[in-house]
Amino acid sequence: MKIKANLISGRTADQGAHLEAKTHKGYFDACTYCELNSADLKRLGASEGDSLKITTEFGEVVVFAKANEGNPDGLAFIPMGPWANAVLSPDTHGCGMPGFKGVPAEIEVTDEKPLDMKSLMKKYMED
Amino acid sequence: MLVIKDAVCSLCGSLCDDITVTVEDNKITKIENACILGRSKFVGMLEHDRIETPMIRKDGKLAPVSYEEAIEAAAKILVNSRRTLSYGWCSTSCEAVSAAIQLAEETGSVIDSTANVCHGPTALAAQEKGSPSATLGEIKNRADLIIFWGCNPVHAHPRHMVRYSSFSKGLFTEKGRKGRTMIVVDVRKTDTAKLADKYVEIDQGSDLILVTALRSIINGHGDVIPEVIAGVPKAEVLELAETLKNAKFVCIFFGMGVTQSRSKYKNADAMSSLISDLNQHTKAVMIGMRGHYNVTGFGQVATWETGFPMAIDFARGYPYYNPGETGANDLLVREEPDAAIIAAADPGAHFPQKAVRHLARIPVIQIDPYPNPTTELADVVIPSAIVGIEAEGTAYRMDAISLRMKKLIDTKFKTDEEIVKDLATKVRELKRGA
Repeated sequence: MKIKANLISGRTADQGAHLEAKTHKGYFDACTYCELNSADLKRLGASEGDSLKITTEFGEVVVFAKANEGNPDGLAFIPMGPWANAVLSPDTHGCGMPGFKGVPAEIEVTDEKPLDMKSLMKKYMED
Repeated sequence: MLVIKDAVCSLCGSLCDDITVTVEDNKITKIENACILGRSKFVGMLEHDRIETPMIRKDGKLAPVSYEEAIEAAAKILVNSRRTLSYGWCSTSCEAVSAAIQLAEETGSVIDSTANVCHGPTALAAQEKGSPSATLGEIKNRADLIIFWGCNPVHAHPRHMVRYSSFSKGLFTEKGRKGRTMIVVDVRKTDTAKLADKYVEIDQGSDLILVTALRSIINGHGDVIPEVIAGVPKAEVLELAETLKNAKFVCIFFGMGVTQSRSKYKNADAMSSLISDLNQHTKAVMIGMRGHYNVTGFGQVATWETGFPMAIDFARGYPYYNPGETGANDLLVREEPDAAIIAAADPGAHFPQKAVRHLARIPVIQIDPYPNPTTELADVVIPSAIVGIEAEGTAYRMDAISLRMKKLIDTKFKTDEEIVKDLATKVRELKRGA
């Protein structure tokens, strides 16, 4: 089952606490998830901790599912970081700022696991 | 044992200057008053990975080299580049920023700050309409209506509400939280929204519409508002406008929800007009919730040295500024830079994939205390001292108040300022040789 969502990214305290410790497992844990409300997770057939593949016109990334009842239906949140940026919009609309919020995305359950930080960055070096 | 009081926390734009640090054997063993972000930086630095030595990428792997070798390799990259991007300079001192601007001028580079992915649109809005502002001290002492719009200080600026806004007690706000109204406007119920007297949930990307609706009502044209606007029922918007007009001192704190969503700089531009309208009825100001502790300082130094706050292109021999063209992301997406020098910031983590892909292709010099995703792309890596812990320097708080950061412990690492100056000396030497 695939669902369509509006993807935003942003700061969290855990992500911020690992700003200067991005090689640590704590940073991976703080950034590699996508928050949806329980109703959306149910529509996906996903439970917390399942792997989700997020696809946008700019790329795809695998992160873990997490529930957040504060999200309205169809709003997906991934903490700012290299995982979110694999799928966010590079278009600045001529004002310098990329599209970090409001990117149409498709979300589905997958068997793949999220890449660790170094493996994710290695992909750029191999491109 | 040394106890240092009133140390300045060099993490976020709140720049809390009441931190007590205990130092034993040149190690920080205790920290008081800091939030989770500050604590992990100050205490965590003993546990985190550091970049221990200068490195150069050889056969795909970063290998240790001497400081002199790294400076020489970096200088060669800069001298051989026809279009260098200098980026970051926000988790460092104003003194380092000043040296970086001089290096950018001498090498004909473009220099940009992390505002490019943060409050850059706020700077554009200020240039279009102005930015009616106040110090955080004024907010603490006077503001009876605090609005957090598209920002989440519980996570991003954890002590902001206690020190400067919602919960703080001041001269005319002696009742603290009880005497203030706190409203949150956001697209999802954040932890900050849970603490508010009123939470207004809007459709993602409709900030400009709501600001415009509020302006219409405040200017006496409430009749044009449809029954639901920006996902909010009209009655709720009318009530919000009334609350704004009837407050004694309004402060709208705004964040990435405003600058990164659709309409980008036009959102803060309209908000500035809203503040202007409100000032016909009461006192109102707006303050951007700045992220990196000295991103405000970069803007200050760059403005007084070049006339522009960010995205400054020296290719013509004089400062040229057009953020949609000379901003770091636009340059990288156009695949224009043929080299980059990155300090005190992490575009590897915080730029979208297309920009990162170009960074991976070109020679990258990184100056930073810590390894991060940018290190994975870098060709020359130079470790630096942590400003505010291992080096002193000046930083500007989100309300553009300058504070002097203290040196708390000794270090073997050079400061960003020293590294940039060494690099500039080497660049001049190579150019003379040519």
